[in-house]
Amino acid sequence: MADLRINFAGIESPNPFWLASAPPTNSGYQVQRAFEAGWGGAVWKTLGDPILNVTSRFAAVSFNGQKVAGFNNIELITDRPLEVNLKEIYETKKLFPNHAIIASLMVAPSQEKWHEIVKRVEDAGVDGLELNFGCPHGMAERGMGSASGQVPELVEKQTYWAKEAAKTPVIVKLTPNITDITVTAEAAVNGGADAISMINTINSLAGVDIDSWNTIPHVGGKGAHGGYCGPAVKPIALHMVGECARNPLIPIPISGIGGISNWQNAVEFLLMGATGVQVCTAAMHHGFRIVEDMIEGLDHYLDDKGIASVMDLVGKSVVKYSDWGNLDLNYKIVAKINADVCINCNKCHIACEDTSHQCIDMLKDLAGNSQLKVREEDCVGCNLCSIVCPVDGAIDMIEIPSGLPPMTWNERQAALGVASCDSEK
Amino acid sequence: MSSVKNPRISIEDLSGNFQEVYQGLTKQEANEESNRCLYCYDAPCITACPTSIDIPTFIKKIASGNLRGSAKTIMTANPIGASCARVCPTEELCEGACVLNHPTKPIMIGNLQRYATDWAIQNEQILFHPGKKNGKTVAIIGGGPAGLAAARELGLLGYDVTIFEANEKAGGLNTYGIVSFRLPKEISYWEVKQVESLQVSIRTNTRVGKDISVEEILENYDIVILAIGMSSVPNLGISGEELAGVYDAIEFVKETKTKPISNQFLKKRVVVIGAGNTAIDGATCSVRLGAENVKILYRRTIEEMTAYEFEYEFAKQDGVEFRWLTAPKRIIGDEQGHVKAIECIKMGLGEPGEDGRRRPVPIKGSEFTLEVDAVIKAIGQSRYIDLIEEFAVAHNDGVVQIDPHTFQTSNEKVFACGDVIFGKGQGEAMVVSAAQQGKETAHAIHKLLFNPVSETA
Repeated sequence: MADLRINFAGIESPNPFWLASAPPTNSGYQVQRAFEAGWGGAVWKTLGDPILNVTSRFAAVSFNGQKVAGFNNIELITDRPLEVNLKEIYETKKLFPNHAIIASLMVAPSQEKWHEIVKRVEDAGVDGLELNFGCPHGMAERGMGSASGQVPELVEKQTYWAKEAAKTPVIVKLTPNITDITVTAEAAVNGGADAISMINTINSLAGVDIDSWNTIPHVGGKGAHGGYCGPAVKPIALHMVGECARNPLIPIPISGIGGISNWQNAVEFLLMGATGVQVCTAAMHHGFRIVEDMIEGLDHYLDDKGIASVMDLVGKSVVKYSDWGNLDLNYKIVAKINADVCINCNKCHIACEDTSHQCIDMLKDLAGNSQLKVREEDCVGCNLCSIVCPVDGAIDMIEIPSGLPPMTWNERQAALGVASCDSEK
Repeated sequence: MSSVKNPRISIEDLSGNFQEVYQGLTKQEANEESNRCLYCYDAPCITACPTSIDIPTFIKKIASGNLRGSAKTIMTANPIGASCARVCPTEELCEGACVLNHPTKPIMIGNLQRYATDWAIQNEQILFHPGKKNGKTVAIIGGGPAGLAAARELGLLGYDVTIFEANEKAGGLNTYGIVSFRLPKEISYWEVKQVESLQVSIRTNTRVGKDISVEEILENYDIVILAIGMSSVPNLGISGEELAGVYDAIEFVKETKTKPISNQFLKKRVVVIGAGNTAIDGATCSVRLGAENVKILYRRTIEEMTAYEFEYEFAKQDGVEFRWLTAPKRIIGDEQGHVKAIECIKMGLGEPGEDGRRRPVPIKGSEFTLEVDAVIKAIGQSRYIDLIEEFAVAHNDGVVQIDPHTFQTSNEKVFACGDVIFGKGQGEAMVVSAAQQGKETAHAIHKLLFNPVSETA
């Protein structure tokens, strides 16, 4: 049994799985059910000024029959009175003293408002604060959420105001609706943040109903953009976590959010620099019970790897994540099709033939059986065939020693620069 | 034996027993299954289909919700694709070739094909439009699978096509010969309607050689296609065949598809002679008519049986008993001239015959008698030799001889396809093969008359 406890910027949690600030953490009843199911922490659905919501709030993207490949919402922050939420936070913390309760906060950008809300939620007994600078819809139109999260100065200033009043750790939740998330992450660091969390949802329109021509979702025939999350956004989130994790100007812990649906996804975020993860869509799709497999799967993974503590995973892949200019131009892999596993669906052939580098031939062996074969000399090692292959183990990407020393683009340019300098002498 | 009978079979509601057994996929099942298809390139299921339906494409269209397009893809390749979805031995054809046989389980291609064509039937789709008239006329003798397929292709190519059909309705075996609990006649009617929508004239109740002369047809049409199939079940060559209660399996099945279901078989004991697919149909129809006990008598063993495996399993589920190595010797009647028993003899297997199958040999002294109320003969079909000879085309015991590439007979303006060319090592007995032969015959005719640079289908 590995040690799954994390210490996230001073916040202790029995495991790295937290529920993100969202509908699943809307009430004491829900958060208590979540803790009973095994979740290590919960970021309470964002508290703020009294709010009105609309009905018809969620939409999802299905792909080839798979439900909820991506998820979209236009729901705003909590529409329950602050006093009720604070009372339930207090009660829940009493019942579950060892679980982490974080209050997500969003108020108008003023020092006084931040001081007031920080004080009130800390009095209710929260373990930390998460500043919601990411919500992309509704609140942004009132100058909150991602509207402030997209302006580095506002991120820094509001973080500073929150920190002025806070006794518990302050996490700044960042919006991905920005060109370079490290800029706002740095602003949070400069404002004194103890940690950052990412990503909030991505601006989105889930779909258009091709019969009624209404947006999906729509509110009485009219739609507005929402925030996108779920499995489809995981690569975007992972990239942003990695960019912050490898940036020396952002030396604070990261809480990873975005499409995490199982323990493997969680391990990926941890390896890429997150100290813990937050989950929402997967719980909304399947209920709180999914955490049981997340905990067990992570535990078994750590045991199998001989790793004593989940904290030992954090950031282990960050050194392997760099810029294109640092990739070895002389590294070569090619596809190899294993005839004994291949089922001859020919998907690799047509993918390569039509859309890649035309190097997989459809042949017949001596017995007249179909056989697919890679012309290695023409293969560029793009991986497409192995991606479209429906059978595990039918296509391996194997390394072909090039016989050349590693040479990156940056090294090549530097060498050329030296050469041209030399020639100018 | 009634206790082991299929619980779906009721002796109170006999007509209900003839409702289609399988209900077809639900929308959700079709969505899930169609999304499971890998959409192989140059897929082996296409190669395994005698009509080369572009299976991955029609399945993809189901997944995308383009059911009209899916049905058109199916029916373009196979003019009787709705019937074939129900009667094809798919595990020996498309599904048997599915690449998912090894890693998981094959796609339910037949059921998906049925889903798409059922949609087209329920939504009364007309999928094809006649081609520009090219001035040539074709007479097709027989409106069964082969004749309909040829007519469909020729209609698309602009021929003026007339089908001469002896029965009241076209569709042949699909309409009359395949049990309605597997293939309701409405499915076949829809396929006939698709052909009629190409301005093909179908003259039903018209038996060539009787209602219209062969000479008249040969004179009035540029091309003639013989797609007359096969005739009735031949005699067993034993005494008692004239007794009341002895049936021709083909006629027997036809009655269940054309007349109100009667209770004349209720609680009766029935034997079926033969073990091909028609014998199975005769046996399962008997069960559904309320027969108390149904036995199939076959003079060879399960190894030589020509019925498909799934048909055999289906009959067993219906409680049909199989008596291998058992041949009828004589049918015994009562005073009223009605069947009351059948005397049988046990057989042994001797040396292989011409067809490679071991020949059954009677075992002396092994005779025994079964008390029965009905005997259904299903030992194959005889040929319309008289009609074939009226057309003066070369044949081998009623199997019309053709050029295997062009389907042309010894008379250059007469072509032949379907069961009329099946046998003596030539052709295939499947409905789907007949459809393909009809298509190929049409293309061969078009090539002969117009020698087009490229084939249209």
